[in-house]
Amino acid sequence: MPAPRPISSVNDFVIRFANVNGSGSASANEMFARAVMRMGVPVSPRNIFPSNIQGLPTWYEVRVTEAGHLGARGGVDMMVAMNPQTFDKDVAMIEPGGYLFYDSTKPIPAGKFRDDITVIGVPLTAICNSEYSDPRQRQLFKNIIYLGVLSALLDMEPAVLEALIGEQYKSKEKLIQPNVHALHLGRDYALKNLKCPLGLTVKRADKVGDMIFVEGNSAAALGAVYGGATVCAWYPITPSSSLADAFTKHCGKLRVDPQTKKARYAIVQAEDELASIGMVIGAGWNGARAFTATSGPGISLMSEFIGLSYFAEIPAVIFNVQRAGPSTGMPTRTQQCDLISCAYASHGDTKHVLLFPEDPHEAFEFGAQAFDLADRLQTTIFVMLDLDIGMNHRLCRPFRWDDSRRYDRGKVMTAAELDSGRDFGRYLDVDGDGIPYRTYPGTHPTKGSFFTRGTSRDRYARYTEEGPPYVDNMQRLLRKFETAKDMVPRPLTANAGKPTKFGVIYYGSTAPAMDEAIDMLEARGHHIDRMRVRAFPFHSSVPSFLADHDFVFVVEQNRDAQLRSLIVNECNVDPVRLVPVLHFDGTPITARFIAKTIGERIDTLHGKPAVVS
Amino acid sequence: MTYLAKPKFHHPDLPKNALGFTHRDYEGSVSTLCAGCGHDSITGALIQTFFELSIEPHRVAKISGIGCSSKTPTYFLGNSHGFNSVHGRMPSVLTGANLANRDLIYLGVSGDGDSASIGFGQFAHAIRRGVNMTYIVENNGVYGLTKGQFSATADRGSKSKRGVTNTDNSIDLVAIALQLGATYVARSFSGDKQQLVPILKGAIEHKGAAFIDVISPCIAFNNHAGSTKSFDYVREHNEAVNRLDFISGRAPIEINYDPGTVQIVEQHDGSKLALRKIDADYDVNDRTAAMGFLQRHAAGGQIVTGLLYVESEASDLHTHLSTVERPLNQLGEQDLCPGSTALAKINAALR
Repeated sequence: MPAPRPISSVNDFVIRFANVNGSGSASANEMFARAVMRMGVPVSPRNIFPSNIQGLPTWYEVRVTEAGHLGARGGVDMMVAMNPQTFDKDVAMIEPGGYLFYDSTKPIPAGKFRDDITVIGVPLTAICNSEYSDPRQRQLFKNIIYLGVLSALLDMEPAVLEALIGEQYKSKEKLIQPNVHALHLGRDYALKNLKCPLGLTVKRADKVGDMIFVEGNSAAALGAVYGGATVCAWYPITPSSSLADAFTKHCGKLRVDPQTKKARYAIVQAEDELASIGMVIGAGWNGARAFTATSGPGISLMSEFIGLSYFAEIPAVIFNVQRAGPSTGMPTRTQQCDLISCAYASHGDTKHVLLFPEDPHEAFEFGAQAFDLADRLQTTIFVMLDLDIGMNHRLCRPFRWDDSRRYDRGKVMTAAELDSGRDFGRYLDVDGDGIPYRTYPGTHPTKGSFFTRGTSRDRYARYTEEGPPYVDNMQRLLRKFETAKDMVPRPLTANAGKPTKFGVIYYGSTAPAMDEAIDMLEARGHHIDRMRVRAFPFHSSVPSFLADHDFVFVVEQNRDAQLRSLIVNECNVDPVRLVPVLHFDGTPITARFIAKTIGERIDTLHGKPAVVS
Repeated sequence: MTYLAKPKFHHPDLPKNALGFTHRDYEGSVSTLCAGCGHDSITGALIQTFFELSIEPHRVAKISGIGCSSKTPTYFLGNSHGFNSVHGRMPSVLTGANLANRDLIYLGVSGDGDSASIGFGQFAHAIRRGVNMTYIVENNGVYGLTKGQFSATADRGSKSKRGVTNTDNSIDLVAIALQLGATYVARSFSGDKQQLVPILKGAIEHKGAAFIDVISPCIAFNNHAGSTKSFDYVREHNEAVNRLDFISGRAPIEINYDPGTVQIVEQHDGSKLALRKIDADYDVNDRTAAMGFLQRHAAGGQIVTGLLYVESEASDLHTHLSTVERPLNQLGEQDLCPGSTALAKINAALR
């Protein structure tokens, strides 16, 4: 079999760095991604890392994509193989015609390579050892040296990398020159000894525009700051911990009283998830905007309290950065697997509001909006992120804020209103929307106090175990859930170029892969209308979309088709018309997977034999 | 039953406090606990405490868990907001409420099952954080609502009403509270209002984590021979370290005690605790000595009551977090939202 031609591509390839956890490679790799972005070419980087601190394999993948396809692509065009532990697997992963870049200091037997790829060896360790005597420097500068080599191989502008080094060490100026030196050490070696550039190159473009490059967890935390959250109680759990960390950092910059230097926020690292949500509920009951950040196992622990929030009607916001379950599952791998456990969390009849941001931009928007919704609906609002959005830098639209926007504190009766003789019944549906009025503790010396309990009570919050008032209350909670349908972010739709009986529903981090898959399917002649669901309960446009199509694919990143289950349960639709497309191996879903799966299903539905590819 | 309204007629000559409120203004609905329950005596002591301190009822937030003791906040301070939360989770709910509004008075009402078993962790962590609160455990050593199972505060060797002997070691919440850094620690007995009311007053005025264990016999399931939480047993084995008088900082009262036996402890707000000492060696400001004292007497089968420890200049969680003086729940957009100009800078830094 003739060797395939080396892959040739400008601004459209996937490069993967294989490193050892804790070796300091992360910042060098991130600098590579930023450099491509600064050259005006969109990038989509992803960390693939173990649940470990030091010593285990870790990967960083950068998709260079002038077309702006930010979902994971699948396949690797160039491997930077810096981890001997995973060398064989890493080499095997390279696409035919791809490139392998490795440290050639120690000879590697020829059998370890492939003859259908281009192999580039650079004696990185030898260069470092001759240049540096300190072992720590040898390790850290090795990362910068391979960046220098790559800049030559991929024809990148060295000035962009130099500028990034300057920014990175802004506060430690004496580190700038040695890093720039290391960069050129690598670059000069490559220019002198290797054929530069390769078939893969980065060419300056203008496709990044005003987009920002940020992690979803940081964006969600900033949304909480803008949304007026003052109390954060949390317990560390991957992949959500960086959300609470980011909130701490943002508050330190944005929420300190300029005169007194005192904090306009309170952050408590609780003893467990039960205490975190308990504090959030206590603060919400007392009129502060409060949230916690967690992941699936934390939701399980919080379930009892979530039921209390639902039944006693106390505002709370939970950011659930989903990871693969059940049990400890794959704590550092992504999934969309907690929809059912959140939508119906807790004992008894419960239903909760979920928001599905697609990227950091929406994580910010929904992160702020969640607090308005929680106050308005007096219940728990879940912001459903996942590891793919939360812990990776994602290129997205810039954050925006309208300064005329006011917080919606919901139906809160004031002392003046109580004095004016307004009837106050904590669970009285005065407006017919299922939402009652509440009072904050301490409002009035003689009026408006009530006793909050998880036990049944009448419209005036008086304890009762009688059937009719219990049923009355449960029916009102359903009316409130109906009201929520028009308050939550609406689904977004995009129609195919031609009328079609096929539709697709998707949500959250699947969005970029789905958009790309639609282009691939269109190119093969498959026309599909799209709906991106952004919240639960479903807006009335969801059942309309279902009614308008014979078959609707539901694309998700879990085993049990959880969104599909919610649709079947809540929209009274024939399940046969909802075709699940499921990806749940812990890696982010790809356009290739979606296009292939949907393409095959459509062929089957048309009675054509499935094409083996 | 609690849904039966208590008559609100006031005798015209009922004494009034500094705010013009009568005792009746501090009551709640009628108790549904068993007649003679120790918890009702504690409710009575709380009503007296808040009345005598002239605290506006609505400035108090009553928070409880689940159990007989946790039902009691309905029976006092009917004009306060109350929250009967989740079993064992009162401390976290109270902590969150306290973070939201530092200006209210927080009263946490719990029981031995609620705090020593299911909520042991939350009890410990709220104490070690120094939440400004009065945390009362109405301790009867038994699960009443579920018909008489032992709780974790039941002494080893004590007998249940069904004749079963408890073989597990007991947890002394007072000892744990001392060890975890509570800044006001006391034990009392529901049947001893003379001692309990001043202890409650001192705790409410205390700025920090105040913990009070109140032994409160369960007349239905734990008031028999063989129980170590019965009225008779506690009366016979009570070793009071001090008798306490409380002098409010707002309305100083002349006191005239024998100087040799009185120790005055001044709290942050100027209120004073006058300790009439029974044990001449007892120093209420010595945490380590308090722990030793407690252990020595426990070994001798005695239940120590009284104010065991107080740190006069205590700090609380808000001090530790350096939060603004204004309650967080009163901050608006102008205090909380950094606005579009700041956001434009953030965007610029992310390119």
